[in-house]
Amino acid sequence: MAGNSTPNRPLSPHLSIYRNDMGMMMSIIHRFTGMGLAFTGVLLVWWFIAAATSPDYFATADWMLTSWIGKLVLLVSLWAFWYHFFNGIRHLRWDLGKGLGIGESNRTGWYVVTLSVLFSVFSIYLAM
Amino acid sequence: MTFKTDYKAVHGLGSAREGTGHFISQRLTAIALIFLAPAFLIPFMQNLGGDHADVLATYQHPFHALVAIGFFLVMFRHLRLGLQVVIEDYIHGERLRMACMIFNALAWRAFAVAGAFAIVKIALGA
Repeated sequence: MAGNSTPNRPLSPHLSIYRNDMGMMMSIIHRFTGMGLAFTGVLLVWWFIAAATSPDYFATADWMLTSWIGKLVLLVSLWAFWYHFFNGIRHLRWDLGKGLGIGESNRTGWYVVTLSVLFSVFSIYLAM
Repeated sequence: MTFKTDYKAVHGLGSAREGTGHFISQRLTAIALIFLAPAFLIPFMQNLGGDHADVLATYQHPFHALVAIGFFLVMFRHLRLGLQVVIEDYIHGERLRMACMIFNALAWRAFAVAGAFAIVKIALGA
């Protein structure tokens, strides 16, 4: 095609030229937790399908998810969920045009990190 | 060799008129999940590692059944929309990208249906 295309224009973002900062790390972790939770979602469906199938199949699935490796996966998932949950609310607030300043954005970032840990502990406590 | 400009090539094709649909749906599902996800999570965690009969009893209750069905349908939609963006951002080969997009579009709907079916089967006591 002739004309207007400018194929060599610079691309953004150039991640490698940035110093790591709070906003960037939070954003990357939001993506990673979302991607990881896809796997957890599959495990959840498997557990429910097993429960709907038979007591034997449920025992197998439940044993897998409560084995030490299953518990480790679910524990990481639990924290990932609460992180994604609170950071998602942070995102919704940004969508309203609020809290976009650097200082406030960093502060709410720390709220998210803190709450994600607190709620992980709290939900384990509730479930016991 | 064509002498059409880029503008001329797309002129009249128009937009698909669904540019904001993805954006809005991602956020609507996010809002729904603020309620659905914790409401699903707590009884699930209480039942994990428990007796099969107790699990059935929990999800035979209409509230827990409805929350769980809603959670699976909404969560997997949110998940599909989110992963679609990840694929669009990072998968560049045309064929691989298309394969990933098709898998993404189908697989999460299948899991949503499977999860909802499991709850319905338990709830109706079959």
